[in-house]
Amino acid sequence: MKLELKGITKKFGTLVANDSIDLVVESGQIHSLLGENGAGKSTLMNVLYGLYHADAGQILLDDKVVQFAGPGDAMAAGIGMVHQHFMLIPVFTVAENVALGHEPTKRGGVLDLDAARALVRKISDRFGFDVDPDALVEDLPVGVQQRVEIIKSLARDAKVLVLDEPTAVLTPQETDELMEIMRGLAKSGTSIVFITHKLREVKAVADKITVIRQGRVVGEAKPTTPTTELASMMVGRDVGLTVQKKESEPGNVVLKVDALSVLDDRDHRAVDQVSFEVRAGEILAIAGVQGNGQTELAEAILGLRTIHSSEGDISISGTSIRGKSVREVLEKGVGYVPEDRKKNGLVAEFSIEENLMLNGSFTRPYTKGLGIAFATRAKLAEERVREFDVRTPSVLTPAGKLSGGNQQKVVLARELSRDVELLVVSQPTRGVDVGSIEFIHERLVEERNAGKAVLLISTELDEVLALADRIAVMYRGRIVGIVDTKTDRAKLGQMMAGVGA
Amino acid sequence: MSKPVKQEPIDWNAALKEILSGGITRTVVSVILGFAVGAFFMIISNREFLQSAGFFFADPLASIRAAGDVVSAGYGALFQGSIYNANAATFEGSIRPLTETLRLAGPLIAAGLGIGLGFRVGLFNIGGTGQLVSGLIWATFVATRIELPPVIHFVVAIVAAIAGSAVIGAFVGFLKARTGANEVITTIMLNYIIVSFFNFLLTDNALLQGETAGGYTKSDPAFETARLPYLLGESYALNIGFVLAIVAVVVYWWLMERSTIGFRLRAVGFNPSAARTAGINVEGTYILALGLSAAFVGIAAANQALSSTGGVTPTSHAGIGFDAITVALLGGSSATGVLLAGLLFGAFKAGSSAIQVVGISPDVLGIVQGAIVLFIAAPPLIRAIFRLPPPQTTSMLSALKSRLFSRGGK
Repeated sequence: MKLELKGITKKFGTLVANDSIDLVVESGQIHSLLGENGAGKSTLMNVLYGLYHADAGQILLDDKVVQFAGPGDAMAAGIGMVHQHFMLIPVFTVAENVALGHEPTKRGGVLDLDAARALVRKISDRFGFDVDPDALVEDLPVGVQQRVEIIKSLARDAKVLVLDEPTAVLTPQETDELMEIMRGLAKSGTSIVFITHKLREVKAVADKITVIRQGRVVGEAKPTTPTTELASMMVGRDVGLTVQKKESEPGNVVLKVDALSVLDDRDHRAVDQVSFEVRAGEILAIAGVQGNGQTELAEAILGLRTIHSSEGDISISGTSIRGKSVREVLEKGVGYVPEDRKKNGLVAEFSIEENLMLNGSFTRPYTKGLGIAFATRAKLAEERVREFDVRTPSVLTPAGKLSGGNQQKVVLARELSRDVELLVVSQPTRGVDVGSIEFIHERLVEERNAGKAVLLISTELDEVLALADRIAVMYRGRIVGIVDTKTDRAKLGQMMAGVGA
Repeated sequence: MSKPVKQEPIDWNAALKEILSGGITRTVVSVILGFAVGAFFMIISNREFLQSAGFFFADPLASIRAAGDVVSAGYGALFQGSIYNANAATFEGSIRPLTETLRLAGPLIAAGLGIGLGFRVGLFNIGGTGQLVSGLIWATFVATRIELPPVIHFVVAIVAAIAGSAVIGAFVGFLKARTGANEVITTIMLNYIIVSFFNFLLTDNALLQGETAGGYTKSDPAFETARLPYLLGESYALNIGFVLAIVAVVVYWWLMERSTIGFRLRAVGFNPSAARTAGINVEGTYILALGLSAAFVGIAAANQALSSTGGVTPTSHAGIGFDAITVALLGGSSATGVLLAGLLFGAFKAGSSAIQVVGISPDVLGIVQGAIVLFIAAPPLIRAIFRLPPPQTTSMLSALKSRLFSRGGK
């Protein structure tokens, strides 16, 4: 099916998320929508899927104008969408998940699961998905869950399939498998819109590339276009993909993690017998695909997990901090940038000023007896906002109103301004614009140069390679190996998939 | 205080929009609508109106006149009964309604602050009644069973009331922190337990029942020394209970807006995970918050226990524990908001007998109260009716607010 978007414009208040975007996806084509986070890709697709109503413009399917009041209409018209976060019910089987919403029934309204199973088998066999219809979704690896999502769309006769950042949660190997699947689908006539900001994948699989920046189409490209050119189209200027940094001069051991095991919320062993050290003046990066125990590792170091859920030891400059409260750990000299800043890093309703004192409400300079030292707080906030280049009308603006990059700068400003020995930094540039990424990277290297120990947890291999002095790769809660930064990507990719060093 | 980063030009239009979309406009509109709903019920329950409505088409003016009469009589009586009585023979008499309003508003304000504090921390304290009764028990014990010198006696009794209430709140917080028990359930259940326990205490002479109570569940009158002193002499019932409420308002404001404790309470209320990550003990904060919440309710308990010249009875809590929820909602859980809401509801209480005198059921005032909160709870409805803009903030007004409300200095 041919999909055409003409002059799609979508505004949120004064923000123009989509500015008269034109896009043509031919039948059986893999069309890549390339752009940074916040460029307007997801908004465009939500307009297509009927979740948003466009302020102007038309959607054409096979040259006929269509209008969608909601996702139901879009699905009926043959548009399928695989969201970044899966819309599956974990305790249902694959067949039940696929059937959900348009369940096949026998006489008397009895659910006909056999029909659903047969349908799953048919689609799975046709495209080589290798999915068991009776498996519980929660038992399946992420890559297979994604295939279930694709089956769901195909079961509803999707002729246009939108994949929203599908590789964010996959290992390199799973990504390769997904690309095979995409090629197979395209060959059978399905049109695919592939949303991503990863250049390598675009070049590997796309037939055609449309680059979006700040809500506008800034150009079209072929997969043969050089990577650097694509990157500069995406961000609107030449980007240095590496950070300038001198050799590290590691000092004393600051963080020592010794045979640490941590249970997650479901009492599964998320971190399994992990040991490593981080020295003053070096950046140790924990690389790995999301969900391999990195989150629990960081939380255990911070004291956010109860002592009962961990085993082994964590020490800072020789003193054990296992079982200490978060406040004690922070006061011991640890700065923490959580991976989910909206949930754990900031109070959205609080002003920038208040967020900057969030973990400073116990001691000076923010306190005066039992009261808040308002004048000092205002003065410090002005300084931090200037130093960290937070773009905001005022320090009194609620943090929730800032863009992702500026929110992250507020978190960094708070943590880097404290007198710490160790920085634990999780996904520091997730959802952050390119300008801010550079700034954040430079600041982290400065901290390391100033003799702080930095534990960087990142799922972005580019970021890991740009910043790290040493790389520890985590897979299923274990550290597969600790390697230096000269290790090539293919090798790291294998390690991230669990193949030992 | 240093200058803001960038001095934004003043955008009056945006500022006006913020004022219109803000809580204050909405609250005022809700109050007006609440009175309109009350008027509606006054009219349809009025005999003259119903009679004239029978021949509405023959004489529509009669119906309209009857409707107008009943509404003006009703709200006129409310005004006369709660603010100023122009018909009174003396000046003392004409301001008596106002003093009654203040007297009845005192405990509503204090308890409203308590419930509001819970709201600010994301906790729904339905246990105002139980906490208040617990405070009553402690205060009554001090006031009727212990002899102390003047002044010291009522001060100790007030402290006992606050402590008696706070203990219950902190216990609820402890259950929540330790076992995850939902405070809504535990506070409701404790209401039953404590009210029944109070009843039991009032059935035995050896416990709190009065010497002369006979078979009734009633305590001795508080010792003279334990009673709250009158504020304007003995001819008015108004006592220092109202002053306590005002002090509570100031303490609440300082605690929530100026202190680091309030900072942490608010942080936990908005985003407990971020608060935890910032080293704040979230469970401890729940205990503290519910303890403080109940402590404010305890001020209302002191007022109820130490104001009457008779003894306390099982109904001495006067439903304040529940009314306080309404007061906190109407006042938006802010210090000044709760103060004003408490005064309004105090006026309703004071005016209810006057309104009865002119032949209107005082239940209409209950309807007005309920309707106001209903409108407050449904902001989109109010916005739709009055075509107000959706909520927004402008940096200009928030900067202005912070300049007005922070002492900061240089």
